[in-house]
Amino acid sequence: MSLELILSIVFGGICAVTALLVITRINPVISALFLVVNFASLAGLYLILNAQFIAIAQIIVYAGAIMVFFLFVIMLLNPESEKKFFSHKPYIKIFTVVIVAIVFVQIIYMIFLAQPSEELIKESAKSVNAGTIEQIGRELFTNYVLPFEAAGYLLLAATIGALVIAKKKFE
Amino acid sequence: MTILEIVAFTLIKIVIILSLMLFTVSYLVYFERRVSAWIQNRLGPNRVGWQGILQPFADVFKLLLKEDIVPEKANKKLHAIAPIIALFVAFSTYAVIPFGPELQIFNYKIPLVVADVNIGILFVLALTSLGVYAITFAGWSSGSKYSLLGGIRSSAQMISYEISMGFSIGGVLLFAESLRPIAIVESQSGWMWNAIVQPIGFITFLVSAFAETNRLPFDLPEAEPELVGGFHTEYSSMKFAAFFLAEYANMIIAAGLIVTLYLGGWQIPYIDKLGLPSLVETLLQVGAFVFKLIAVLFFFLWIRWSLPRFRYDQLMNIGWKVMFPLSLLNIIWVAILIMIFN
Amino acid sequence: MQIPIEYYLILSAFMFSVGVVGVLTRRNAIVVFMCVELMLNSANLTLITYSSYLGDTVGQLFVFFVMAVAAAEAAVGLAIIIAIFRNKLTINIDEINILKW
Repeated sequence: MSLELILSIVFGGICAVTALLVITRINPVISALFLVVNFASLAGLYLILNAQFIAIAQIIVYAGAIMVFFLFVIMLLNPESEKKFFSHKPYIKIFTVVIVAIVFVQIIYMIFLAQPSEELIKESAKSVNAGTIEQIGRELFTNYVLPFEAAGYLLLAATIGALVIAKKKFE
Repeated sequence: MTILEIVAFTLIKIVIILSLMLFTVSYLVYFERRVSAWIQNRLGPNRVGWQGILQPFADVFKLLLKEDIVPEKANKKLHAIAPIIALFVAFSTYAVIPFGPELQIFNYKIPLVVADVNIGILFVLALTSLGVYAITFAGWSSGSKYSLLGGIRSSAQMISYEISMGFSIGGVLLFAESLRPIAIVESQSGWMWNAIVQPIGFITFLVSAFAETNRLPFDLPEAEPELVGGFHTEYSSMKFAAFFLAEYANMIIAAGLIVTLYLGGWQIPYIDKLGLPSLVETLLQVGAFVFKLIAVLFFFLWIRWSLPRFRYDQLMNIGWKVMFPLSLLNIIWVAILIMIFN
Repeated sequence: MQIPIEYYLILSAFMFSVGVVGVLTRRNAIVVFMCVELMLNSANLTLITYSSYLGDTVGQLFVFFVMAVAAAEAAVGLAIIIAIFRNKLTINIDEINILKW
């Protein structure tokens, strides 16, 4: 057993378990906490996959900014407990789980059915090179500069939009 | 070096850094109390040992022996986890801050940093952005309105100032052309300190560092007169001590970052012209790092007793309308400098 | 030993399914949003996996863009939730049905 395998099983296990905990906890703050753990272990998986820049960006963007924002809103609104409407209509839930389980089995079936045109063997040198910040920066500012600028405009628009929507009275 | 030797040296470095950090943090509290007493023309703690030198130990024993009270309405698990997150973030960030150049002993070349990561600065940003969870969870899980207000304030404050912090670091990265802390220090050889080359970035980073470490004048998450004690109102005994330790450890990290990014790290200008033996030179440079660190820490304490606390809207105005545009201006300034001199 | 690529793909599919279940069964709008983030992240995992196994940077660039979009989406979405809460004092998505007659 290599270290890589052990680590990927540990991080993958944490990912799967915390994903389940996110949707089963009644308290939204606890859900958010497990989602943060989920994102952190995903960052660990990204590190194993040699995507070092994306791993750190995952922690900075998701765990550091987006989830703090979620927690901030949860605490600000302090919504009533979900308990009183959590258990009604159980048949809808069972139906949902069954449908999603069927879809999941289908995806798994397709994954094993698919025959890749060439055998996918990770060349570690190539893989490490693809994840370095130099490589990502070079691609981002040459071939993908237009989407990059568009993403910038999107973020600006979202910032202004969020301000306008959430402001109490807009004059 | 074989893998085994690298692991052994890293473990030794971790043990040394961790014990030094704990020691320094407890003495930083003493240092703060003495310096504030000196600034306010008082005596300060001077009874335990010579000039109160054993005061930190007395404090630790006092906190250990106190009763640990968890409020009735608290969420018990989160209430216990929050100080652990705070300590974890505070102590693990130091792994990437270099405190000296390569040390040469018995044919071994040991870099004086625990982990020489090539995305070290991003690592620091990521971990400090996790630090906000400790305060937010502490505030929420206590089940008290003062704590909750402190937690909400801190999450808004830390997210806002992270932006200007990140942009001020951008200027440094443009000069160093690398995210490795060691490369950043080496790019500031001679008097090319970033604090001198890009003073605007230095000031914005300094202010953001104060806000990120919740130090006065930006200590709104705990503002005693308004919020009793803010996010740690409901904490007592060792859990409170953990927050206390984490706050001072964060101060040391902020000071270490300021020294590494802006004050030339371990470098002493023109020391290589003197022709000293390499071991002496290395030790002198480590000494220079410690000296700069203590100077920055003294500056932290000095500011605390010189400036009053900001109002909350003032804090947000400064963060978004002053610091953020200034840090952008700094990036443009650095870009112009690079364009002219390259 | 090489980790088979199926390991990551199955994990990603599992996280996606869990996210879908969460979106369909939970009634708190904020939790529904968090489940959407979970689904976005499972897609990211697939992109990173292929990027790493093929040695191609483009997959990671797309993850970068997905992160930017997710941040924008979270900001606007949470602003909408705050606006709704201000009007109706609830974020239970069963009670926010004013457009459904």
